[in-house]
Amino acid sequence: MSRADPAVSPAGLGRRRAVGFMLPALVLIGVFLVFPALWTIYLGLTDYRLTGLAAADPHVVGAANFTEALGDDRFRSSLWLTVQYVLGSAVVGQAVLGFALAWTLRNRPGPVKRITEGLVLLAWILPSSVVAFLWIALLDRDEGTLNAILHTPGTAWLLDHPMSSIIVFNVWRGTAFSMMLYGAALENVPPSHLETARLAGASTVQQLRDVVLPRIRGHVLTNLLLISLWTFNDFTAFQITAGGPEGRSEILPMYIYNVALSGGRLGFGAAISFLVLLINLVFAFAYLRILRGRREVVVP
Amino acid sequence: MTDARRAVGVIMRATFLAAVLGFFSLPLLWLASAPFDAHPTITASVPSLTLANFRSLLDNPYVLSSLRNSVIQAAASAALVVVLAALAAYALSRVRVPGRDALLYVLLLLSSVVTGTAAMVPLFELATRLNLIDTHLGVVLTLSGGLLPAAIFILKDFMDATPTSYEESARVFGASPLQILGHIVIPLVRPGLATIAVWAVANVWGSFLQPFILLRDPDKAPGSVILYTLYTEGGSPRLDLISTFSLLYSLPVVVMYVFVSRRYGFRFHGGIKR
Amino acid sequence: MRPALAVLAGAVLALAACGTGGGSQDDGVTLTITSNAISGGKNAETADWTAKWVIPKFEAAQKAKGRTVHVRFQPSGVDDEQYKTKIALDLKSRAGADVIDLDGIWVGEFAQAGYIKPLTDVAGASVDSWEGWNQIPQAVQGLGTFDGKRYGLPQGTDGRVLFYNKDLFRKAGLPDPWQPKSWQEIVDAGTALKKAGVQIPIQLDAGTAMGEATTMQGVLPLLAGAGAEIYAGGKWTGASQPLKDVLNLYRQIYTTGLGDPRLQQEAQGRDKSFAEFAQGKIGILAESDYFWRSVVEPKAGVAPMQNRDAVVGYALIPAERPGAGIRGQDFVSMSGGAVRVLNPNSKNPGLAWELLSFMHSAEATTSQLAGAARITSRKDVNDTVLGVDPMLKFVSDKVLPITAYRPPLAVYPQVSVALQEATAAIVSGRSVEEAAAGYQSKVESLVGGAAHVAG
Repeated sequence: MSRADPAVSPAGLGRRRAVGFMLPALVLIGVFLVFPALWTIYLGLTDYRLTGLAAADPHVVGAANFTEALGDDRFRSSLWLTVQYVLGSAVVGQAVLGFALAWTLRNRPGPVKRITEGLVLLAWILPSSVVAFLWIALLDRDEGTLNAILHTPGTAWLLDHPMSSIIVFNVWRGTAFSMMLYGAALENVPPSHLETARLAGASTVQQLRDVVLPRIRGHVLTNLLLISLWTFNDFTAFQITAGGPEGRSEILPMYIYNVALSGGRLGFGAAISFLVLLINLVFAFAYLRILRGRREVVVP
Repeated sequence: MTDARRAVGVIMRATFLAAVLGFFSLPLLWLASAPFDAHPTITASVPSLTLANFRSLLDNPYVLSSLRNSVIQAAASAALVVVLAALAAYALSRVRVPGRDALLYVLLLLSSVVTGTAAMVPLFELATRLNLIDTHLGVVLTLSGGLLPAAIFILKDFMDATPTSYEESARVFGASPLQILGHIVIPLVRPGLATIAVWAVANVWGSFLQPFILLRDPDKAPGSVILYTLYTEGGSPRLDLISTFSLLYSLPVVVMYVFVSRRYGFRFHGGIKR
Repeated sequence: MRPALAVLAGAVLALAACGTGGGSQDDGVTLTITSNAISGGKNAETADWTAKWVIPKFEAAQKAKGRTVHVRFQPSGVDDEQYKTKIALDLKSRAGADVIDLDGIWVGEFAQAGYIKPLTDVAGASVDSWEGWNQIPQAVQGLGTFDGKRYGLPQGTDGRVLFYNKDLFRKAGLPDPWQPKSWQEIVDAGTALKKAGVQIPIQLDAGTAMGEATTMQGVLPLLAGAGAEIYAGGKWTGASQPLKDVLNLYRQIYTTGLGDPRLQQEAQGRDKSFAEFAQGKIGILAESDYFWRSVVEPKAGVAPMQNRDAVVGYALIPAERPGAGIRGQDFVSMSGGAVRVLNPNSKNPGLAWELLSFMHSAEATTSQLAGAARITSRKDVNDTVLGVDPMLKFVSDKVLPITAYRPPLAVYPQVSVALQEATAAIVSGRSVEEAAAGYQSKVESLVGGAAHVAG
């Protein structure tokens, strides 16, 4: 293996050694991720249930679960709510607020930065069931803290604005990740370039568009891919609204839970999980298209 | 003119930060008040101070052991995820494997299936066949499998960002790839590893479904599972115990975060390559 | 890097060691009991009774017979649905405890899945000669029966009544004791309470957020009062006249200010309704005796009322009109209850049956109550313990003879959700016809076509 060999990294990591480095992770992923995931996808092709006759003798039903789901009003409304949830809380909420925080706090060490970052991170690391109680206490109709502060007694935030409530909740919950990622990304932007642009009379918006964005495009992509995926699977809001009232905040993870665990229809639930995977893929392609330019990240 | 513009900027920044601070601290009030309230409701109020809730909570035989179990499961998963992800991310970053990004993203997608409700039967059957039911190891491996793709995905970005010139010179002096990784690359990405570790711990700390279906003995159950026991037979929450337990249950994660951020720094360390 | 690897290897080894613990016992036999009860948490009394009374007593009794038997208790404390999932997974993989607690309503679907078997198939003929059968009323035995076979022993049962606040009734000029004889009299009382300024005159659980409580506390007792059962003669009740009458009562209550529609939609609505009853804001509330025992109970209730015995009254749920209920009854109720079953994969089925029947002996049943009153499955025990608590005596004497049970079929939970959705539609202002039609099409798709639905 000479230095000219393109397959050898600067650290002298040949293909074989590289495989050795990856092997432990690949084995674990293979056994505890890929295998059960493929099994779940297979279950999506059956009428398997947790109990009852269909548990004793499940049948392969082909695409029946998928056609049923796509023809079901409740699934379609749930899908639409989920898209709102992901766009509203992750793509707009977390990413924008996270960027705004990273931008505001950059190059500004001190207690304000530490306290702000600490609080934002606290919201991210607290256990989800605890967080759910916190938000119920905040938004409750009769005795909620928010109504006490706003002097709006009796405003039923969770009933009148269920989607907005859980969207705001998820912004609170997940902004930390975007803030950290963009914080790192902004270190890639040479201060001198920003200074030059500012002296040339560029407004903040122009600076962001012309100087910052081209340099952090890859991070925006990484960030959007991850937070969308996580938000698509986020179940915490279930403990706040239980999907109600009347399914008006029943996003897909809750729908799957209701179908698979409460209803015992594991095959159908698995099929929905697979549909969520496909929708994520669509989102990924959309992000790639919009941010096309720098990286070759996903070209399946 | 520019002074006015600057002043407006300062005011806007201060307003923005004040709003953010308010927004992020407001929901936390309940956690600060309810555990000390003799008759907590779901309102955050000035409590009629009592520590009785803590006393009755500590009478629960599973509370302290559940926190210990949470620590075991979270620490083991985080260690596993960080080490395996660091090795894999380094290799993926330094060696061109065709289609590696697509592969990573597919794994990421599959991880979203496995962490959902629908995968519980396959996970349970898998653990049964591997004789991992009712073991910490089963919980750790299952949860780590779900976390690894995202950890590799993020860490690979860090690894991509570290300059390769040090590695080349270390290689000239005869260092092995493992030594190079350990002595040169890891120190450079340490804040990132710390972040991934905290992320993994927070994830494991909060997860309920997997430990619940994989464990049988409540002496092995983590805090997330024990929290669910604090309800009545009719499913009403015992808020006195739940609020108090929530506080105890949250503290270790917060302490860990403070410790890690002091010790290792806590950020996605910059310089990610352009 | 190296230290990290070492830590990792150490951790994995330590974990593996944890995993293999608790394997070998001495020569005796080990039996396991599991239930959705855990010390210090949900159903703590049952957990403590199992660990502190059943296990030592049973082990001692076996020792006296010259056998070494170890009994382990595997507690759990979660949502009923999650507990059901866990038990189903265990039984599916042919593992799990020897004696298992189940809600009576799950017996049918577990039997259909082949997870449980009739008691005689598991433990032999000794089951039929058990002394306890004579003490358990036929209707209560029904909790553990499916397709005419006994799958489990019932632990106890409950009954639904109307609770009312005597203080508020006095304020509204209503009588005490109060016993409505028709739905109209309930509505009249509600109207009087409303006039007297009572915030929420009637709390009749509705909507999907209340879950099974809507079905059990609201729809099914009312349906029985209108003369129909949800499943009878092999058919499910569709959008029939009785169902429409039920929805009409809901509409009457929730569109005229007699009930609080928002409360039915909130995720924590049921808990809040309990708290509001305890605060004297609710006039009439339909619940099971659980409400009396565990909610407004003065000492340990979740919404304790110090003056419960003086303030809280209770009445039978009337039929729509006298004589209009199922079996021509004037009053109706619904009941449920838990059972204990044997694991068909038990390695010691005979011994497991001994343990199970021991747990249902008069002595054990009395001990489980630990001085508290509760309706057990055994007549001999009820006769001696229920005298302490007039409310439970009332349920046992007056409610159980007229009560009905849910069909223990796998599809029932989904039909139940369809009923909840129909009431949710009413609460949010839709018409009875619309809600009934939605229910009809939903239930048809659930149970396999219109042929299985009685209209």
